[in-house]
Amino acid sequence: MQGPAFVKINGVSLTYRQAEEETLAVQDLNIDIQEGEFVAVVGPSGCGKSTLMKLVTGLLNCTGGSITIGGKPVNGPIQGVGMAFQNSTLLPWRTTLDNVMLPLEIVEPHKRRLRREKQAYIAQAMALLKTVGLADFADKFPWQLSGGMQQRANVCRSIIHEPRLLMLDEPFGALDAFTREELWGVMQKLWMERRFTAILITHDLREATYLADRVFVMSKRPGRIILSKEIDIPRPRTLDTTFEPHFGSIVHELREHIHSVRES
Amino acid sequence: MNEKNLIRAMPWMVTIGLFILWEAVCVITRVETFILPRPSVVFEAMVKFAPQITHHALQTLMTTTAGFALGVVGGGLLGIFIGASRLVYVGLYPVLVGFNSIPKVALVPVLVIWFGIGTVPAIITAFVISFFPIVVNVATGLATIEPELRDVLRSLGATKTEILTKIGLPRAMPYLFASLKIAITLAFVGSVIAETVASNEGIGYLMLSASSSYNVPLVFAGLIVVAAMGVVMYAVAVWFERRMTGWAFRGSDLMS
Repeated sequence: MQGPAFVKINGVSLTYRQAEEETLAVQDLNIDIQEGEFVAVVGPSGCGKSTLMKLVTGLLNCTGGSITIGGKPVNGPIQGVGMAFQNSTLLPWRTTLDNVMLPLEIVEPHKRRLRREKQAYIAQAMALLKTVGLADFADKFPWQLSGGMQQRANVCRSIIHEPRLLMLDEPFGALDAFTREELWGVMQKLWMERRFTAILITHDLREATYLADRVFVMSKRPGRIILSKEIDIPRPRTLDTTFEPHFGSIVHELREHIHSVRES
Repeated sequence: MNEKNLIRAMPWMVTIGLFILWEAVCVITRVETFILPRPSVVFEAMVKFAPQITHHALQTLMTTTAGFALGVVGGGLLGIFIGASRLVYVGLYPVLVGFNSIPKVALVPVLVIWFGIGTVPAIITAFVISFFPIVVNVATGLATIEPELRDVLRSLGATKTEILTKIGLPRAMPYLFASLKIAITLAFVGSVIAETVASNEGIGYLMLSASSSYNVPLVFAGLIVVAAMGVVMYAVAVWFERRMTGWAFRGSDLMS
């Protein structure tokens, strides 16, 4: 490990309190993420993967431990982070282009500059749409796009304002297998160009192995990290990579761990 | 006739068909005109009393639209407050439901004490009856923003006002317009009730005075005029809806 971590999750736990009952959602999480690193968190369903995401972005406050991002402790919703969910949450009254440009209307310094430098920003958004193959659909409304296209636009929206941290919560989960694999390539390309720090939450082990530098396996509730696995496969990875024995053995190893967690 | 023309002609055919059925039933059963006048007699009365009907119809249209406009503004604003703040919601909602449960006709005498008989009670009755569905719908539109969408905006650092203007209000628009269609027809109910009880102008008054002189065809003429105005105003609301929130219909041809 080199230098201080960009995202530092230090002994974090979270207890939900509902009426009289207390549920421990995640327990004693320790994760260090370097700037520009792509990590994935996998685990059985209900293990608190999404809770982890909300904790890192400050949408939930942890009840134990601490989280720092870029050296600053997270106490409330952190600003300017990019987020993409399984549900694309595009706004149906905005065109694809306007949807992608939404963060620019909210995040400084873009918000201040948007009116004056509108054309430059539109060009920037169009370039991004072109990268993901949506250039011809900029003027279409989200409901005129296929599920895969919506998710591409969603990813564009999450990185248009050049966030240092991108949170992905099963962004490709609702797509068919072919579209999903195609979008892994798109995601990798965007990451290699821009090198943001990314945390991907997923239950797809092949997806995690394809995209991430490191994969964390979480136990079932209360969620703990039971394995941290370096993925030492050179980039850019391709679909062919996924059929190589080394790729297969990594997926297999992850699978074993998940299996043992579910059994216990 | 192709399907598109048929769809266009359908409302007219059904309406005319109903009038023919009504006429036929009256002729066959030989019901007395002062109990149920035949449509042809009603239309005769409509022509005969055209100047009076026009005068009173315009009065009703004016009080209704005025009350409705107040309802849109007041109901819209209150809906935004209720939908945007949980505290306002829990505080005000029971009061609103209670208020809406009061039969509005019971309110008219109170309004007469405060404002005297005439235009003002009719406008206010149209307002109070039309404003509740607007409040409920706008508040629902705001309160049902997808949590993920809210998270996306919050993690971008959006303020509450930004979430309201960028997502809440556009999202509430289809709900608002859906409620306008209900509210405009309710507004007619309100103004006509008030005119019947406490006015010497408007369709409600015209029908009351006609029935007290056993001019039943004129009473029915009044009913048909109110119904026609309701349909026209409803169509206006639909037109606005299509213009403002076409995205919510996703290109379907329904309701056009």
